[in-house]
Amino acid sequence: MMDAVSTELRVAAGEQLTLNVEPLLHEIRHGLARLLENAVATTIDLRGIPLAPGEEARIIKVLGTGEVQAHMSALGPSEIMETRFPGVWLVTHYNSENEVIGKFIEVCDMPQILKAQAEDIREGLAQLTAQLA
Amino acid sequence: MSNEKTLGEVLRQQGVTRRGFLKFCAATASLMALPPAMVPRIAAALENARRPSVIWLSFQECTGCTESLTRSHSPTVEGLIFDAISLDYHHTLQAAAGDGAELAREKAMEENYGNYILVVDGSIPLANPGFSTIAGISNLEMLEETAKGAAAIVSVGSCAAFGGIPHASPNPTGAVAVSDIIKDKPIINVPGCPPIPVVITGVLAHFLTFGSIPELDALGRPLAFYGKSIHDRCYRRPFYDKGQFAETFDDEGAKLGWCLYKLGCKGPTTYNACATTKWNEGTSFPIEAGHPCLGCSEPGFWDGGGFYKAISMPTEDLTRTAVYAIGAGAAAGIALGAVNRARKARAVKAHEKVTIDDLEKDS
Repeated sequence: MMDAVSTELRVAAGEQLTLNVEPLLHEIRHGLARLLENAVATTIDLRGIPLAPGEEARIIKVLGTGEVQAHMSALGPSEIMETRFPGVWLVTHYNSENEVIGKFIEVCDMPQILKAQAEDIREGLAQLTAQLA
Repeated sequence: MSNEKTLGEVLRQQGVTRRGFLKFCAATASLMALPPAMVPRIAAALENARRPSVIWLSFQECTGCTESLTRSHSPTVEGLIFDAISLDYHHTLQAAAGDGAELAREKAMEENYGNYILVVDGSIPLANPGFSTIAGISNLEMLEETAKGAAAIVSVGSCAAFGGIPHASPNPTGAVAVSDIIKDKPIINVPGCPPIPVVITGVLAHFLTFGSIPELDALGRPLAFYGKSIHDRCYRRPFYDKGQFAETFDDEGAKLGWCLYKLGCKGPTTYNACATTKWNEGTSFPIEAGHPCLGCSEPGFWDGGGFYKAISMPTEDLTRTAVYAIGAGAAAGIALGAVNRARKARAVKAHEKVTIDDLEKDS
């Protein structure tokens, strides 16, 4: 199965300028294996890797769109999207002017930022309690 | 001055949720060029970080560094970092003027003695103190006085870091860098003309997060941003390796996006984060726009012999470069420059368009 996927994703050398596209896809593949075997998550900062114009789009196209897409609104919008490979997420953070301030590939069960946070739950509980008093 | 509050408290007061805070931390890690695995540590440190007082002094400069900073992604996560510091003196940005402004500086120095961050942009003239003064105080005097109580100094821009354009030959004002004057304080050089805005905020974020200065290179620059050459991280690098170069700005090579080395690109000798961090909200950087790197984050870049002249000597491993040069079928060094000039001349004749020869005064 993995071999079939790898073959399908192989990027022809002529289609990539920096030669970083295929290694990055392999890093994702290794990340998925680690997640499955050891429950260890991996995060890749796409803005920390030199990519030629169009190469990021190429990676995103290869990863495709999966079953889950979430929109978050905290300090500007964020988009959290599972790719067609379960456990591989594309997380894009924007500022309040819709400029990208962070773009990450997360290999995990679910990105941490999607979970309700204890501090926010505590504050919400206090607000609801006050409202019902 | 409200540096008694922690950053966590400041953000919560602004209605920022924990989710928002985690997003802030993820973007800050990216900003500081730290691995995403560091986010939990950054979150823990930032939660309890206290707002440091910052005094910003502008000397012989063009205000480009401040322009770069204030026009970056505003309002954004970096904006929040500025909420997280107490910018107590910046004569371009502050509302106060005259005696009121100078009183703000003196008050900040007194109340935060030994703990404030001093940011400097611009070089300092030594030939005649009257060449550049603020409120009648010479740049030299103001720097020496303000540096005494600083925890650290951040020299923003190539002028403060290395003397920059005012220092260029014949240096009529006797301009020098901050590090030529102050010898007893940690100095972080953040060169560039101007520096990348997020690199400036990234350095401040590092200080805010870890309470210490980042790891620096031999020229005092943070390794996180200046640790790799433009050339090493350039998406056009594979063309260099294959010996495919643009010979003029409008030839086939230029249209195909080939390496700009022969057009004078200083990428191989320039250390900065442009190739990954990029400019204008991460849109592109000069080489991506088709122009060679000028090397603006290196000392003496203005006197480097011409922006459009190919650098004559490689700075990296000579054996490797020799292999590349053989691969390119091109002679290195001065001979390469001569070959370039001949090719450029032919291209001018053939195209009758603007080339580097037209731009290069003395070739």
